[in-house]
Amino acid sequence: MQTTYAYPKFAYRPARDSGARHPVVIVGGGLVGLTVALDLAHHGVRSVLLDEDDTVSVGSRAICFAKRTLEIYGRLGIGARALAKGVTWNTGRVFFRDREVYQFNLLPDDGHEYPAFVNLQQYYVEHWLVEACEASGLVDLRWRSRIVGVENRPDGVDVTAQTPDGTYRLRADWLLACDGARSVVREGLGLPFVGQVFRDRFLIADVVMKADFPPERRFWFDPPFHPGGSVLLHRQADDVWRIDFQLGWDADPEAEKDPERVRARVRAMLGPDVPFELEWVSVYTFRCRRIERFVHGRTVLLGDAAHQVSPFGARGGNGGVQDADNLAWKLAAVLRGEAPVGLIETYDLERIPAADENILHSTRSTDFITPKSEAARAYRDAVLELSEHYAFARPLVNSGRLSRPAMLHDSKLNTPDDAAWEGGVPPGSPAVDAPLGDGEWLLRRLGGDFAALVFDAPRPVPQTPARVVFFAPDVGGGRAAARYDARPGTTILFRPDQHVAARWRRFDPDAIAAAQRRALMTDDVATERLRA
Amino acid sequence: MSRLETAPRLDDPDGLFQALVEAHRGLAPEESRRLDARIILLLANHVGQVAIVREAIAAAGAAAPKDAGT
Repeated sequence: MQTTYAYPKFAYRPARDSGARHPVVIVGGGLVGLTVALDLAHHGVRSVLLDEDDTVSVGSRAICFAKRTLEIYGRLGIGARALAKGVTWNTGRVFFRDREVYQFNLLPDDGHEYPAFVNLQQYYVEHWLVEACEASGLVDLRWRSRIVGVENRPDGVDVTAQTPDGTYRLRADWLLACDGARSVVREGLGLPFVGQVFRDRFLIADVVMKADFPPERRFWFDPPFHPGGSVLLHRQADDVWRIDFQLGWDADPEAEKDPERVRARVRAMLGPDVPFELEWVSVYTFRCRRIERFVHGRTVLLGDAAHQVSPFGARGGNGGVQDADNLAWKLAAVLRGEAPVGLIETYDLERIPAADENILHSTRSTDFITPKSEAARAYRDAVLELSEHYAFARPLVNSGRLSRPAMLHDSKLNTPDDAAWEGGVPPGSPAVDAPLGDGEWLLRRLGGDFAALVFDAPRPVPQTPARVVFFAPDVGGGRAAARYDARPGTTILFRPDQHVAARWRRFDPDAIAAAQRRALMTDDVATERLRA
Repeated sequence: MSRLETAPRLDDPDGLFQALVEAHRGLAPEESRRLDARIILLLANHVGQVAIVREAIAAAGAAAPKDAGT
């Protein structure tokens, strides 16, 4: 059925290292597993990645890549490619029955390298991640290798992999479970999910068509062409359009996948005169839930293996990529002996609140989109009826609260402010991009290690453990300085994941060193060197 | 922060009751339900503080007859 993309077939190679010990073994070569492998490689850390399949994501799946994810991919070297290939959109429109009731613009503030969202089929991103992992020379990609046994030990994890040549064992100092909602690792460790299953089914139809819809997110509540349900339309690369139809719990998933039936639904929506081809069809249900903790000894769970959300808000893939971004530098620092093992626990402290925020928002969106009682439906419809006439009701319309970056304001890795700030970017926030002129961008200058950004004319300064980057306060028309509430001398310390660790009104090498020790937790415990 | 006011303060209590009943005249139950929902949402926005609306939700729940639960 698929015509716009040819799935690669990655070569399976028999493993020759049965019984070997590796610093990092990653289970699952999807979006999250590949991202964490590539991020670790950028930190110079080798990993072995096991995937049961030998190709990329089948179907477009996660299609909305949020700004924060694009910035992470910018750091990892594939952001520009995603931006070029994907469809940029900033506008969302909401329709109720036959009328438009509301529209929103996601990024009215320009001067960022990446837009609020780029729509792109997941298989492209996975394909590029595989290529980048291979090019790094540090990721040992092992296809057609399915995990069949996991045993947590005090100083590592034993895993058994099944391949076309039989099973073999590996010992991992750290095991990263990125094997999705049906995680074998999670099941092997007996970790239950806590949360909610929604009794509803949705149909995805990816269609190829030349349509003159602008690149917007369109959401319909109870439209004439699909009465009683909701419909979501997104444009992707290659003239592929994603249409999600709410089917209800009683729908028969197999019957609904019948191409003729899907074509009839799409034709009802587009009208009889719009030619289209079906590219991919899927029926899905979803859950909003997580496991209690993500770090279990030497096993760390990321992405859908740890937490799941409804698709409204694009919080699944984007949340998982932020998991990888949060963990990679910490694990690299621990493996290099630059931070204590306890630093890994802060992955829980920082990512569990982020997962809870994603679960809360996606649960609320789902409750709005699919009302569970007559009263809920009455309130939902009342909001939509009012929103056409009264501005106050528009913020109540919830067709998905779109993914926002996690704010780690309460993290113990932050150094609290010691001066007065008028806004700016406080500790815990991700870096805010700004143009530097000549096509240069602030985020590109931060790189992937600790960096101290100093708003001042460059001058010789004492060495600090962080790389020092000077910006003239008026660079890029002063936009960067304005966004960071910077005055001459203002210094911002960024972690390797480009979250702000600390900020000062002055350049102070001792303060930078102390804040970096705090972010690495080397003040807390004597660092143990794990492995040479 | 202010609290939910439950002492009498309406300037025209009988007029209010009549207006509500009139508004629902001739409506099917589901239309009535949506009308009430629109009224509540408009008034909630007028109040502005969700904490007060939450108090009202709790107070309304507490005033339900004891034997009316299902």
